[in-house]
Amino acid sequence: MHETDMTKALIGTIRDWWDSQPEQPTIEKVHLVVGRFTCVEPASLQFAFDVQTQGTFLDGAQLVIQDIPLVAHCHTCQADYLPEVGRQYSCPTCNSPMEDIRSGRELKIDRLEWAAV
Amino acid sequence: MHQTFDAALEMNLLHANQQGADHNRAHFDAWGITCLNLMSSPGAGKTQLLERSLRGLRDLKIAIIEGDMTTELDADRLRQYGVPVIAINTGRSCHLDSKMVAGGIHQLQQAHSPTELDLVVVENVGNLVCPAEFEVGEHVKVALLSVTEGEDKPLKYPVMFREADCLLITKTDLAPYLDIDLDQIEANVRQINPHVAIFQVSAKTGDGLDAWFGWLRQVVTDRVGRSVAHSVTS
Repeated sequence: MHETDMTKALIGTIRDWWDSQPEQPTIEKVHLVVGRFTCVEPASLQFAFDVQTQGTFLDGAQLVIQDIPLVAHCHTCQADYLPEVGRQYSCPTCNSPMEDIRSGRELKIDRLEWAAV
Repeated sequence: MHQTFDAALEMNLLHANQQGADHNRAHFDAWGITCLNLMSSPGAGKTQLLERSLRGLRDLKIAIIEGDMTTELDADRLRQYGVPVIAINTGRSCHLDSKMVAGGIHQLQQAHSPTELDLVVVENVGNLVCPAEFEVGEHVKVALLSVTEGEDKPLKYPVMFREADCLLITKTDLAPYLDIDLDQIEANVRQINPHVAIFQVSAKTGDGLDAWFGWLRQVVTDRVGRSVAHSVTS
């Protein structure tokens, strides 16, 4: 549900960038980086993006979402591990709780691609 | 030939909300106010907890910013305690964002003297998903989980319980009537968030509330101490 709001914010940010360019290019791809340990569902973002960009400067642009796994670091074992989201977050080796998150919290507009005019 | 160009934006998807939240927090800091974001699923007991807290924390000057999708029912309940209550209807949105709260702060500023307040509690819309990603300018996040919701909820909604500074396990008076293991709730939360403060409370009987009040008073005192120290050194 909030993916709709996020998409609105995403389009607004790209629009600001686009307006600031000397010549407005036709954007072909929008690259996002979305971590698994966020409240964002890539499929919902994709749907909202397709609907909300219709008839705008982004009509036809493709949304490319890079999915980033949740990686935690165990201080006791001095090792990274992959928690099983929804089941087990503590270290599978020593059962220490999930202290540091190395990746998985990303919610980023990474880059834009456009064709030469 | 199809030649492509690209530009790295490297920007947080929620950066507009984040900027707004930082702006709200700067206002709270300037006024010496601690802001608390209160979150839970619908019906976990946020409003009743607030009613008890307003009665139990008369030594603090508190205002409430009340998020509700369409009604003022909760706001009306809290107004009985004689504290400023600003109601924000989020309409169809499932969470408060920093812009909505900025509107609430503006109203609060017009009708009351913010410098006289110690604490602003933002009661978020009942939802365990979206509010976890949208900061509103708070200094602390408090999550509620009622005993009727089950031990597994921290595992299913991990972001909310990871982000929380304090977890209140509510409606403990009902625990004897349910197949619920309170220790298991705590263990599940601690897997995700080992440093969270946890209190088991019943707003109905008053059990456990003193420990929660003590924690909250300490948070407010620590923040005031910090901003005083800051203004002396700067």
